[in-house]
Amino acid sequence: MTAAPDHTPTFAALTPMERLDKATPILMVPVLVVLGFLAIGSTSSWLTLTVSGLAMGMMIFIMASGLTLVFGLMDVINFGHGAFISVGAFVGVSVLVALSGWTGAASLMLNLAAILLAVIAAMSVTAVLGWGFERVIVRPVYGAHLKQILVTVGGLIVIEQLIHVVWGPSEIYINRPEMLQGAVTFAGAAIEKYRLLAVAVGLVLFVAMRLVLRRTKIGLIVRAGVENGEMVRALGYRLSLVFIGVFVAGSALAGLGGVMWGLYQEVITAGMGERMMILVFIVVIIGGLGSVEGAFIGALMVGLLQNYIAFLEPKLALISNIGLMTAILMWRPQGMLPVVKAK
Amino acid sequence: MSDPILTLKNVHTDIAQYHILHGVDLEVPRGQVTMLLGRNGVGKTTTLRTVIGHWQARAGSVFFDGQDITALPTPARARAGIGFVPEDMGIFTDLTVEENMVLAASSAPLDPARLDWIFAAFPPLKTFWDSEAGNLSGGQKQMLSIARAMAEERKLYLIDEPTKGLAPAIVSTMARALKDLKNQGASILLVEQNFSVAKALGDSVAVMDDGKVIWTGAMAELAGSAELQDTLMGLSMEAH
Repeated sequence: MTAAPDHTPTFAALTPMERLDKATPILMVPVLVVLGFLAIGSTSSWLTLTVSGLAMGMMIFIMASGLTLVFGLMDVINFGHGAFISVGAFVGVSVLVALSGWTGAASLMLNLAAILLAVIAAMSVTAVLGWGFERVIVRPVYGAHLKQILVTVGGLIVIEQLIHVVWGPSEIYINRPEMLQGAVTFAGAAIEKYRLLAVAVGLVLFVAMRLVLRRTKIGLIVRAGVENGEMVRALGYRLSLVFIGVFVAGSALAGLGGVMWGLYQEVITAGMGERMMILVFIVVIIGGLGSVEGAFIGALMVGLLQNYIAFLEPKLALISNIGLMTAILMWRPQGMLPVVKAK
Repeated sequence: MSDPILTLKNVHTDIAQYHILHGVDLEVPRGQVTMLLGRNGVGKTTTLRTVIGHWQARAGSVFFDGQDITALPTPARARAGIGFVPEDMGIFTDLTVEENMVLAASSAPLDPARLDWIFAAFPPLKTFWDSEAGNLSGGQKQMLSIARAMAEERKLYLIDEPTKGLAPAIVSTMARALKDLKNQGASILLVEQNFSVAKALGDSVAVMDDGKVIWTGAMAELAGSAELQDTLMGLSMEAH
């Protein structure tokens, strides 16, 4: 064994400005909440809008989290992700309709059990659908962005039409389970019960994803694969299998998001996933490709901003998210917390 | 002499529309450090990347440890016992030093004794064990890159310009670590532009030009002949 040379390396401490720059993305959500409070003025209105924005953001995060990993891990642009949102919503709602006795009962346990079964069914179907989608549609076009856009949009259209075939062309209205209807009052603000559930589900999912990504070997492989897939393969890992797993998990999460969003809107259509994809892509882009944390922050910002602006200046609500994306990309062209460098 | 650990027979590799390797024939002896030398752009990196499987050979064969690996994907080649240190180091900058090392031990948990050996060779890695690899200096990143390849015992190490752009003190550290690796019985195919390092480490040499191996022999023979160096590489490598 050879003795190593003597040296005591150290890092130079970050300057306050460098620390602020690193922390800025994390601070943006609380800063937005405070700005919202200052602009709205009324505490009760602000509280209602904030919970609404957080709930909306959490649901968008659920839909976007899988897509950002697929984007980062294998450089695949999957417009077909919206189809999993729609299919998840239709499967979940079908289960809820079949369990109308449970959803109509004045029992929170039965209501939650019905939602849980609907979610399991939706995630199972969209997971299998995602697996088939990856094998048949995505795999032949790895590395070819234009073809990916074309074939995944094609897949989206085909699946939307299949939804029309199975469930009919009309939109379907659904009531939320009995105990999740209505609102609770807190500090003078009316807060819908379902929104609190959505916030809780989103938070649990985010924490679970962070634990998996930070504390498990498979999470390490995914994080490393997002940054440098070639090197992960050179270390002996079959990244293609990991990618299929992430694709399937992302599809299942889209299905979960579809159920949650359907119950939030109380109406589902075959095109709902396609429409949600605009927000989902905005979140993935401003969060930074491949970053679950970035998608989480981005989704909360999108949800909060849309709710605040819709209250303050309704005519601007439609463009608020595009404006947010433009502003963030001018500040950080690769998004807030990019893992994958722009290709 | 025992059979070589790695043999390339008439290997041709294309990158997009460019024909880079024009029939490489190469043998890497077991337990030796084989230097792959040549001017920039002659195909050294492409040769290493073809061996690890990042680029597939269009024609010819690659044999590793007696097995034809020409058609195997990269992960299978790595699991067969080939370690790879790319020219750009391939560090996962968003992962900590520890996470980089844990990931490098792909077939079993990190062996503590082996880790101690790595820390002895590269002390800064112990100092910055919990730090994000992206915050390391260039030399420390290169140490991590090589340490990662050393995390598990491999039969063959492919190392691409490990001393490129590094300060002399770090170059010495690298050279010592590679010598340790060699003393443990590993076979190394090393691309290196620093001729003093090449002389110190190399047992045998393959010189490339225009996508082919144009000369093979003992390092001592090449090091002892300025004329041979001029002929093979167009300039005396002592200048490097």
